[in-house]
Amino acid sequence: MTEQTTNPALTPVPLAEKTSIRLQIARIVAFLVVAGLLALLGWGLMKNQKGQVSSGMAPDFELTNFDGETIRLSDLRGQVVVINFWASWCTTCREEAAYLERTWRKYKDRGVFFIGVDYVDTREKALAYIAEFDITYFNGPDVGTEISQKYNIQGVPETFYVAKNGELRGVKIGPLFPPELDNVIIDLLAEPYPGG
Amino acid sequence: MRRWLFLIPLLLALLAMTAIVQAQEGNPDFPSDDDVNVIAKQLYCPVCPNTPLDVCETQACQDWRDEIRGQLAAGWTEAQILNYFVEQYGERVLAEPRRQGFTSLVWLLPVILTLLGLYVLTRILKSWKIAQARAPAFEVESPPIPPETLAKIEEEVEDMW
Repeated sequence: MTEQTTNPALTPVPLAEKTSIRLQIARIVAFLVVAGLLALLGWGLMKNQKGQVSSGMAPDFELTNFDGETIRLSDLRGQVVVINFWASWCTTCREEAAYLERTWRKYKDRGVFFIGVDYVDTREKALAYIAEFDITYFNGPDVGTEISQKYNIQGVPETFYVAKNGELRGVKIGPLFPPELDNVIIDLLAEPYPGG
Repeated sequence: MRRWLFLIPLLLALLAMTAIVQAQEGNPDFPSDDDVNVIAKQLYCPVCPNTPLDVCETQACQDWRDEIRGQLAAGWTEAQILNYFVEQYGERVLAEPRRQGFTSLVWLLPVILTLLGLYVLTRILKSWKIAQARAPAFEVESPPIPPETLAKIEEEVEDMW
């Protein structure tokens, strides 16, 4: 009498078992897809509710002004930087425009740099606004709304303060009134900076 | 009176010339509000979410419509204008995301999900069918309980109470 041996690898898998395995895989895939979509939805909601960035390193960006000159924020290390988001259609921006320009002229030779980021605006109207308030600091359009997305702005005007080391030191939502910008600049200028 | 009659053909000629010049220059009302709105309704200003540009009343949207009017008057095509707005303000201004790159997922995902759903549904229905086919077609009769066993069970149940 010989003992019959069977190779388990060659044993055919029953149809019901095969169906069950496929069903399990389909369920897992469906679960992963639904979980992925929910995660995407959650991420979008969180991003929307997060608000403006107000601490840590200021997100770096490049801005080309209306005259075609380009600057990069990270190249301005050692200077206090004021980033102001504005638009010509924004009525509250008009309330702060003169104060911003006055403050820029007051501190421009003391290691302070102002950047105006024109948000969702038309070139013609933006240039008319700049001429109306005789704005002389660096100003350019936020092409593709890339900078405003990096700073997650919720509207205009919004002003971000960047210390000499490139760190964000706060954000002001709404128009600036004297002497709040002066106070912030004085505080930031007083911060020590190696070699500065 | 008769001496003014010669002016009539002159006036008619003048009117005809004006009409010809206007026809050569195209429609003097172009671009009309409707022409602008054909493009505006394909755009959403980021400042006013959920409001198409053609019906949005904010100053920002008014400026955008003026921009479109100017571009149409300058001879820009619809595609050129839409491209300009995407370049300037990002792809999110489009009412309908473009069917290219990452945004094509917006169009592909519903199709993929529907197909996936149908596949899962088919598999589930098939498995139910198989389970049904395996189920016994008739009730298996249990063997009869002998009367003495039945009597003993009844006796024990009565004792329990």
